[in-house]
Amino acid sequence: MAAVRIPPTLRAEVGGVRELEARGATVRAVIEDLAERYPPLGALLLAGGELASHVNVYLGGEDVKTLDGLDTPVYDGETIILLPAMAGG
Amino acid sequence: MASALAPSLLDLIGSTPLVELPRLTPKPTVRIFAKLEGQNPTGSIKDRVAKAMIDAAEASGELEPGRRLLEPTSGNTGISLALVAKLRGYPLTCVLPANVTEERRRLLRLYGAGVVDSPPEEGSNGAVRLALELAERDPSLFMPFQYANDANPRAHYEGTGAEIVAALDRVDMLVAGLGTGGTLMGAGQRVRESFPDVVVAAAEPLPGDEVMGLRSLADGYVPPILDVSKLDRKLLVSNEESVAGLRHLLEREGIFGGVSSGAVLHATLRLAEELDEGVVVCVLADGGWKYLSAGFWEADDVDDAMSRSVWW
Repeated sequence: MAAVRIPPTLRAEVGGVRELEARGATVRAVIEDLAERYPPLGALLLAGGELASHVNVYLGGEDVKTLDGLDTPVYDGETIILLPAMAGG
Repeated sequence: MASALAPSLLDLIGSTPLVELPRLTPKPTVRIFAKLEGQNPTGSIKDRVAKAMIDAAEASGELEPGRRLLEPTSGNTGISLALVAKLRGYPLTCVLPANVTEERRRLLRLYGAGVVDSPPEEGSNGAVRLALELAERDPSLFMPFQYANDANPRAHYEGTGAEIVAALDRVDMLVAGLGTGGTLMGAGQRVRESFPDVVVAAAEPLPGDEVMGLRSLADGYVPPILDVSKLDRKLLVSNEESVAGLRHLLEREGIFGGVSSGAVLHATLRLAEELDEGVVVCVLADGGWKYLSAGFWEADDVDDAMSRSVWW
């Protein structure tokens, strides 16, 4: 089981909670598990089976894009953070 | 010494010092150097970008004399543009999230810039959205737009990055904050040309819930100049970790850094642990002055003190 932190923009899709538990051995499997349970959330996170460009997914505090993407392995007890991409400057 | 005489403040932008952080490195075989961008004329790395964007727009003829500039900013780019605009004769309006520290807003006004507030809960992305709308509505405005302006990464390719490779004969890791992506794209490319195996790493903020945008995920914004595939690492840094980093910088090395500098130090120390030996360069974008009014310096509950504001 991994803990998945939900940003404010997505909480309406999951009944208002800040964090969910999800199953899966990879980031893809975890997100698919969420998508199955919360189809509107899945539609926002995935576009054609890949991560939507405006969404960042972090595992252990690192963006999965600089790890192995959706194929990055997820171990029991790890935390995944979903965030909308934010700019600064 | 003739070189000590500058014709204008704008000629003092860049050529910032690199200082070693011997008291912070996790092991003596890993040398960490900090590039002190707070030493630029308005106190941040954005002086490089503001000057480069205005130079480019003047050279191309897009920016006519006296035309009003408009720019979305969380503060530093606006303050840098305000200096350049003042010396080059352009009026400037900045679109700023309503919840940035008062210092940033005051500095902009003192430099003579106009300030338009964007909704606080939308963070920096809200400033981008509002500025794009205003520019669309009023074609007399000229928007340099740091998020999509090639002069931004070019300033770091020709300046920040070139200065780093001129100063060091080895760089194994380059760590900088991610806001527009300009530093990481430009300096990253220049450092990689000289040191092909360098790891280019981004530190980015985990914003408080209150400033993350409340409308939809489509509010997520990826700056057009940012190509994430050019980054080797991308680390998320919480507000608490950023503050721990800036307290560390001040206590151990006497460097008074801003919030993103604290985040960059945190990421740098985490990544330096992975090296057995080598040279790490971290880019510290500004000093702590513009954040003094914030409650986090001595706060016990840092997260509570920081969650409602935009920091970089």
